Amino acid sequence: MATNASSNVIRTGAGARFVIYAILILFCLYYLLPLYVMVVNSLKPLDEIRSGGMMALPSQWTIAPWQSAWSTAQIGVDATGLRPYFLNSILMVVPAVAISTVLGALNGYVLTKWRFRGDTIVFGLLLFGCFIPFQMVLIPMARMLGLMGIAGTVPGLIFVHLVYGIGFSTLYFRNYYQQFPTELVRAAMIDGAGFFMIFRRIMLPSSGPIAVVCIIWQFTNIWNDFLFGASFSDFDSQPMTVALNNLVQSSTGVKEYNVHFAGAIMAALPTLLVYIVAGRYFVRGLMAGSVKG
Amino acid sequence: MSNTVRSQTGNDWLRDALPRIVLSPSLVIVLVFVYGFIFFTFYLSFTDSRILPSFGLVGWQNYSRLFSIRAWGIAVDNLLIFGSLYIVISCVIGLALAIFLDQKIRAEGFIRTIYLYPMALSFIVTGTAWKWFLDPGIGLQAVVRSWGWESFTFEWIKDSDMAIYTIVIAAVWQTSGFVMAMFLAGLRGIDNEVLKAAQIDGASNWALYRRIVIPQLRPAFMSAFVVLAHMAIKSYDLVIALTGGGPGTATELPATFMYSYTFTRNQMGIGAASATIMLMSIAAIMVPYIWSELREKK
Repeated sequence: MATNASSNVIRTGAGARFVIYAILILFCLYYLLPLYVMVVNSLKPLDEIRSGGMMALPSQWTIAPWQSAWSTAQIGVDATGLRPYFLNSILMVVPAVAISTVLGALNGYVLTKWRFRGDTIVFGLLLFGCFIPFQMVLIPMARMLGLMGIAGTVPGLIFVHLVYGIGFSTLYFRNYYQQFPTELVRAAMIDGAGFFMIFRRIMLPSSGPIAVVCIIWQFTNIWNDFLFGASFSDFDSQPMTVALNNLVQSSTGVKEYNVHFAGAIMAALPTLLVYIVAGRYFVRGLMAGSVKG
Repeated sequence: MSNTVRSQTGNDWLRDALPRIVLSPSLVIVLVFVYGFIFFTFYLSFTDSRILPSFGLVGWQNYSRLFSIRAWGIAVDNLLIFGSLYIVISCVIGLALAIFLDQKIRAEGFIRTIYLYPMALSFIVTGTAWKWFLDPGIGLQAVVRSWGWESFTFEWIKDSDMAIYTIVIAAVWQTSGFVMAMFLAGLRGIDNEVLKAAQIDGASNWALYRRIVIPQLRPAFMSAFVVLAHMAIKSYDLVIALTGGGPGTATELPATFMYSYTFTRNQMGIGAASATIMLMSIAAIMVPYIWSELREKK
């Protein structure tokens, strides 16, 4: 995203500026409202929510909902809390992100610096794969995971996310490496440097920013995925999003809204932290996924 | 001597082929798991598959049955309502916020951060937050009533006719900040010289935006449309978390329909047919877009 300060020539009067600021602040409140609701209500006892106090600050602060959501809440059949599912998500995300990023870097390198006939078609095929509705692959993938013996396991989920993550990671690295001077690569080739040598010594050292963009994008997408998690996991391999949904939708017993909100924040926290720490790269990834150049 | 020559040509061959060898696993994966699977599902949509894939061909029967199922009709209507409102409202909010933020606003970066954070959240989280906020028993309605407006009523999420609009509310909340960022990037790329000239001619701000700025944002509108339309067609998680497709089937979308017909109602042939239609509608939007992007690059 263009972060250069506004160099706009349009001038606005004081009255108009007041209205503009008012609208901008109003929208800040709108965007922050659900976050406020989640945080405030995860810290109050259930009866304060039930008596119409959803918007109020807790009159009696408590972290019991957080403890319950993390380690004792009923998820599916077991009262394990969200902890094991949080771990599942981490075990799933780390390898899937790492492998898809490495493959994306290599693919982008080949597609820009070792071009061959038909490389644009290959890229087009990879790119379209990013945007297909995954409903189209659910049925055969379920069979394939069964044949591979990894149905209903975390490695199965890693595999699925890896397969459908390659398209985007290739897109990022290809567009980035396209800007990289090909003369440098040529010169190194004439000096006798091989394929991997050039990749390691010339491409990788300048790939920092795009690697961050790619890792953040893949992390956010895979962590937040629900469809694959719901389709391809068993009770003990569910990722966080599926477990959270089970917690919230469970129809037995009292609806513990405060526990639901605490669980929702837990599911949101990793991606939210990444966004707060490296928001710039997150936005760049979003933009590169839609508007190119 | 001849030995070294042969090993040299062997090396040459390897050196030439290495890039393609490195690329080939990804290509194979995509050919099998994207295109092979698409073909497989497409094929299944012409078979009598029920709980498991089966290969007895039945022609177009699944498609004709699909379009006679009431829930599918509801899902398609809902997608049209949801999709068009979602795209239009997100674009209006996104464009307005981008234009306002482009007026040398103090703390612009901070405000942008707030507008965009929902994009980092899972739709399940968003759905959970809005589900309870819109719940008449504890959410907005209960709060306003507890403030003294006893007759205040807001029960859209429980109302079959209105529930689809709650999906719009939550989806717009999640992505309008992103649309704002796309338009802002577009605004920052506009050449100021034309604007200055028009200003000297005495054009008002309103006229400047309407006549000069907004027409130049066409590429940003294109991108926003493609991204939003494709997200709308794929919408699944948000519906599951917010309404579960209910009340009844009131907020069913093609994605939820496909899932329930394939995996809970054991009508895999019909599920595959509905997935094929989803793919076709996305392809109708994405293929021309990708095509033009790749051709420009060449």
